[in-house]
Amino acid sequence: MKRLDAPVARTYSGAASAAGPLLFVRPTRRAKLGEWVRIEGEGQQDRRGQVIDVGTEITVIQVFEDTLGLRPAEAAITLAGETATTVVGKDLLGRALTGTGAPLDGLPPSIGEARLPIWGAPINPVRRQHPSDFIETGVSAIDGMNTLVRGQKLPVFSAPGLPGIELAADIVENARPARGEPFAVVFAAMGITERETETFVSRFRESEVMQRTVLFLNQASDPTIERLLTPRVALTTAEHLAFTHGIHVLVVMADITHYAEALREVAAAREEIPGRRGYPGYMYTDLASLFERAGVLKEGNGSVTQLPVVSLPDGDMTHPIPDLTGYITEGQIVLSRELHQRGVYPPVDVLPSLSRLMNAGIGEGSTVPEHREWADQLYAVYARGREAKLMAAIVGSEGLAPGDRRALDFVDAFEKKLIHQSRTRRSLLDTIQIGWSLLETLPRDELTRISDTAWESRGRDDASTEVPR
Amino acid sequence: MTEARIIRVVGAIAEAQPLRDVALYELVEVGERRLLGEVIRIQDDIATIQVFEETSGLGLHEPVRRTRSSLTTQLGPGLLGSILDGIGRPLPGLAERSGDFIASGMTLPTLDPEAAWSFEPIVKPGATVSGGDVLGTVEERPGMIHKVLVPPGLGGRVAEIQQGTFTVSDTVATLDDGTGLSLSHPWTIRNRRPFARRLPGDRPFITGQRVFDLLFPGDEGGSVAVPGGFGTGKTVIEQSLAKYAKADVMVYIGCGERGNEMAEVLHDFGRLMDPQTGRPIMDRTVLIVNTSNMPVAARDASVYLGMTIAEYYRDMGYHVAVLADSLSRWAEALREIAARLQEMPGEEGYPTYLANRMSHLYERAGRVESQGTPTRTGAVTFISAISPPGGDFAEPVTQASLRVAGALWALDASLAHQRQFPAVDWDTSYSLYTDGTTEWFSREGGSDWPELRIETIRLLQRDRELREIAGLVGVDALEDEDRLVLEGATIAREFLIGQNAFHPHDAFSTVAKTYHLAKLLWAFMRTGEAALGGDVSFDKLDLAAVRVAFGAVKTAAPDALDQRIEDAEHAIAQMEAP
Repeated sequence: MKRLDAPVARTYSGAASAAGPLLFVRPTRRAKLGEWVRIEGEGQQDRRGQVIDVGTEITVIQVFEDTLGLRPAEAAITLAGETATTVVGKDLLGRALTGTGAPLDGLPPSIGEARLPIWGAPINPVRRQHPSDFIETGVSAIDGMNTLVRGQKLPVFSAPGLPGIELAADIVENARPARGEPFAVVFAAMGITERETETFVSRFRESEVMQRTVLFLNQASDPTIERLLTPRVALTTAEHLAFTHGIHVLVVMADITHYAEALREVAAAREEIPGRRGYPGYMYTDLASLFERAGVLKEGNGSVTQLPVVSLPDGDMTHPIPDLTGYITEGQIVLSRELHQRGVYPPVDVLPSLSRLMNAGIGEGSTVPEHREWADQLYAVYARGREAKLMAAIVGSEGLAPGDRRALDFVDAFEKKLIHQSRTRRSLLDTIQIGWSLLETLPRDELTRISDTAWESRGRDDASTEVPR
Repeated sequence: MTEARIIRVVGAIAEAQPLRDVALYELVEVGERRLLGEVIRIQDDIATIQVFEETSGLGLHEPVRRTRSSLTTQLGPGLLGSILDGIGRPLPGLAERSGDFIASGMTLPTLDPEAAWSFEPIVKPGATVSGGDVLGTVEERPGMIHKVLVPPGLGGRVAEIQQGTFTVSDTVATLDDGTGLSLSHPWTIRNRRPFARRLPGDRPFITGQRVFDLLFPGDEGGSVAVPGGFGTGKTVIEQSLAKYAKADVMVYIGCGERGNEMAEVLHDFGRLMDPQTGRPIMDRTVLIVNTSNMPVAARDASVYLGMTIAEYYRDMGYHVAVLADSLSRWAEALREIAARLQEMPGEEGYPTYLANRMSHLYERAGRVESQGTPTRTGAVTFISAISPPGGDFAEPVTQASLRVAGALWALDASLAHQRQFPAVDWDTSYSLYTDGTTEWFSREGGSDWPELRIETIRLLQRDRELREIAGLVGVDALEDEDRLVLEGATIAREFLIGQNAFHPHDAFSTVAKTYHLAKLLWAFMRTGEAALGGDVSFDKLDLAAVRVAFGAVKTAAPDALDQRIEDAEHAIAQMEAP
């Protein structure tokens, strides 16, 4: 018996109409939702597309490349009989590829180990391991205050002019698996500029980092709609490395804002009812289908950790893109323009930043036993100091209570010594040590979040006593 | 008759033709893979179907088969401790079949068809029974008696009833007309289960969270809306309630939320003990899990499934708490499907029937007298987390909830940034259950409970006013009395209403502990006022010792609590000593 789902390619000539990135085709036999499509036009490069609406009257195809110059009536449209797939395998490590996986580095296409559908399937929640393995990123503001763990999705909320990509690159370069386990990076660039790509890529080309990295690059000048595929191709690759080869994979996705704009463009072309700020109502579900692909399984060794970069339009946290992202991801690292302008690098504002999985990844056996109290106390004093700063702007620092005045001075020291670290990698123990030395400048009875046990045992964790500049 | 075939697929929606005399909400099997779907619109012989599984790869002309029933779930012993997806399939069973990732097109019964249960009849042959009567019992979990009910709508004279060990589908009793009754029966999840009459609420829903129990109490059979922007701790609150709140049965619905969070719930719940009974909390819990990347139509179903299971245990005479996280994701599922149907949108793109559907859902909560004999009273308490976009409560889901919910626990981002948890905004939160529960709290907590409650709220309000002034003139410029208020409010925030969900002794607070902490705060204020009145300056008060003492009470182990309270009373009495 012939298998009904066996891929059978059919070619049709001519589409009925075209609008933006969409082609509308008259009845097609057995078209399937999500089916992969090739579009050939005379004297033009082949284009790729995907069926997003099948019907007996009309079938809608979303075209990934620019449709400029495409004559719908003359196009030859081939339905591939299968949904979008990508080649996965360990031999992709070290490669630079386009946003859909074609070679960019002049080398022949990868042979790979398998061809997998890019849409992925949801991980069964009962097979998920709750993430709890600490990842040392070498960044104090993250390791100490907003700890990242394996299988987490922790976005960087950046803004135009802020070094979100740079911070992501630092982490890629400096992140170390706890026990020297296999580690790889998959970078999905979506609509980022040549300059940003360079920041990322040139740093790795020379170093050994490139050998454990796969780059998928869809740049600002590349087709917009292709961006909808790039993260999925990247995540499919990452899942294969993680769950077939037992590698701990960090997936950097930059920039989610460009991705969401591509989503909006398609929705508008389909004349869908727009949601907030014109973004489609299903954007939450769509973003979740990316972010939820992070995780650790109960059986097997690998993990997929995500570090998406989101540019906040106009620095607005309530904009639908960061807002929906924040509802799905497990926290956020928020960059601040004010800190950036004062020369603090990385300019992480720890107050709105959060790692939801921090508690599972810190403490006895993972980082240091007093980690939670240490972080809570630093938060508390810093928050008090920031409030005092606002108050001091009105009444002058003379008018502040002594405790508030001390907290005010603490803000400066905290930002300069703990948050600021330039490009150097800092170990967690050094970070903890700096934190203690900052807290020691305050009277003990103001440190209400620190128990006596924690206070007595501080600094016993073989930290090197190297003092940063 | 021509077989129905797919004529359109877009997103989670499929259309099939010809489907005549099909019913709205009838369940159908869609395509070669037999994906489950539900008819949501009928136009002539074209049926529009929302598909509960991933539709990618679904093609034109694939067959659509009718099931002639709507989305039902089998209710019976074995629900407790189970982990179900949005349409009631056990997730561990799916994992056995398809591994780490969920494949589509699998059907699995909600209840284990092979599990054997020991049935003790209560009714004797010859008795006349009707819907809701207790036929007999099964010990579902140690100490948890499952009452086997005559399905609503059935009844007659019992011809035969057997004692022994049965599976959920075996016949345990036969009526005169030949109807066989088993340990389980099906129920259409979108229909609420009938009851004899509604009862007024008269006792609080004890959460173990001081800010709720003391300031904004819930009510057994009541409903509470818990809106909060991201990072305000909604999920931590829902999980704390699922772990520690007082109820016989907990139904936790993870609706469109994070997979890792659900993994945490599964991990924690498997290990934790119920503080009231000392048994594993999974023994009293049903988990319904539909993460945000699982099919959107199943998200719609998950909430009704949870409610149906809750009502079923309510009918046995239990108090059931339903914790939904989050209702916004459910509403978004409605919006997504409505948009695919090109329905005329209401506010913010949500369908116009959103408020209607929501009030029907909220109204399934309540304290009731069940149908049938013996007489039983049970309750369903509904606590729903809401995720307002941008943390702005002026949005349709929050507003529609407030119209029907009896209490609002508003979570605030700025409190969360200050690490004030639970980040409940005491200025905007409210509870309509305060009056109804006062009597209970006065009896079980302490006779001055209502005064302590008002005192605490007043202190927090006064604190806000003073902070505005202090922001202009500086704290030092305030009168000593006002500085005492600021200090008292700080103690209230840190030690009374602030609670650490991850501290073994602070995560849950008994009514007695809540009462004592409130009472200590009151003692602190009175002693402080007396000292200032006696010409002691505020700067001379030994506040550090008081804070340490409050902290010790807050985190005291149960057996050390009395001693810590005594220590704190002492520290308060001594605070004006040099």
